Amino acid sequence: MTQVRLLIGTRKGAFILSADGARRNWSVSGPHFPGWEVYHLKGSPVDPGRLYASQSSGWFGQIIQRSDDGGITWNAVGNDFVYEGGAGTHQWYDGTAHPWEFKRIWHLEPSLTEADTVFAGAEDAALFRSADGGQSWAEMAGLRRHGSGPAWQPGAGGMCLHSIILDPVDPNRMFVAISAAGAFRTDDGGVTWRAINRGLRSDHIPDPEAETGHCVHHIAMHKTRPGTLFMQKHWDVMRSDDAGDSWREISGNLPSDFGFVIDVHAHEPDTLYVVPIKSDAEHYPPDGRLRVYRSRGGDDWQPLTAGLPQQDCYVNVLRDAMAVDTLDPCGVYFGTTGGQVYASADAGDHWEAITRDLPAVLSVEVQTLT
Amino acid sequence: MSAAIRVGLPSSLALLARSPAEVLVICPQPVTQAAVLDALEAEYPMLRGTIRDAVTRRRRPFIRFFACLRDLSHDAPDDALPMAVVAGEEPFMVIGAIAGG
Repeated sequence: MTQVRLLIGTRKGAFILSADGARRNWSVSGPHFPGWEVYHLKGSPVDPGRLYASQSSGWFGQIIQRSDDGGITWNAVGNDFVYEGGAGTHQWYDGTAHPWEFKRIWHLEPSLTEADTVFAGAEDAALFRSADGGQSWAEMAGLRRHGSGPAWQPGAGGMCLHSIILDPVDPNRMFVAISAAGAFRTDDGGVTWRAINRGLRSDHIPDPEAETGHCVHHIAMHKTRPGTLFMQKHWDVMRSDDAGDSWREISGNLPSDFGFVIDVHAHEPDTLYVVPIKSDAEHYPPDGRLRVYRSRGGDDWQPLTAGLPQQDCYVNVLRDAMAVDTLDPCGVYFGTTGGQVYASADAGDHWEAITRDLPAVLSVEVQTLT
Repeated sequence: MSAAIRVGLPSSLALLARSPAEVLVICPQPVTQAAVLDALEAEYPMLRGTIRDAVTRRRRPFIRFFACLRDLSHDAPDDALPMAVVAGEEPFMVIGAIAGG
């Protein structure tokens, strides 16, 4: 029987929501790791029972948890995230050189082919890899050795590597995004990296051709079209059809092109979803109306409102807090800083809150289990 | 020669260690902060990095150590702990600093 499992990371623990393929009745398990921030959980596409979770705390630091039974039981695995060689410096908010310091893991991306291999995106920005199920971690230091590293600056939320996309066709190609350095691509399995930010425009960067310094909030790809990337930048929704070599804006008629999440329909590689946020200072939907916008390719956007609050709504939807399942019709899910998780079982036409009172939601992932 | 040391843990770490709020660890003499924490981490490896930085071994900024009504947070890691701790009469308390919501 088909099942859908949502993995929800929040400010005060993790929750797992489960339903059958109809996606109407949901059970809630949790909190797992109560009281801890869980920035992200994600399941292995090779072994759906294998889950990884990033559990962290300003007091107690970083823990990585692993489950081998779909989240019923968990075990702490390795948490030694050591920058390779001399950590070096990046640029601090005041322009001075600041040492690289590990703070937490924002994103975990399990390998597409090996259950024991998983990638981790860190703050301060770095990419780590484990090949033993999270027991030990090694930095993929070629990224920070990209010549621009000393000039990277943190965004307001920290200098985090928050997006990791593995190319399903080319195992040597991988994409990452860093706030506020930009997007990067490797074509040789992580040995060398290139900045892929041509075409991005950011008001705070005086040089319109700047290679780095862009505050990329999230990037997304459809697995059948790995050369096409979609990006929600600090401001602007962007599209690339050449694997990031160049970008063009597709914000079109959005009421605001500021936002955090972006995702792609499971079966329509040109259909994407964003949640516009009013501005960089006002992190809530325009006019107090929570609306997901859907577009076929960009530029022309359709507001999706059925079942979403259309007055007095002042929540945010953070960068890793949207996911799609692979059922037909495609299910779309997102979580809010107000603790609601919304689900649509018909590709966004209708929504319902499947739970309302969780701690602030940091991330949403979904597994379609058959 | 070793000593049985009572160590008090904040609830977040007790949950992580799947332990009671106070645990007993066997610590070699002389009984110091560093020796107690080494013994604690050996018994509960999931606590590595949560009290001390895994690389520098320095106390994490929002962690405090107390015993016998004294704040030991700024004592040197190799200073001897109070005799009442060594004798098992008082616990060595690991505290999460009061901050946040």
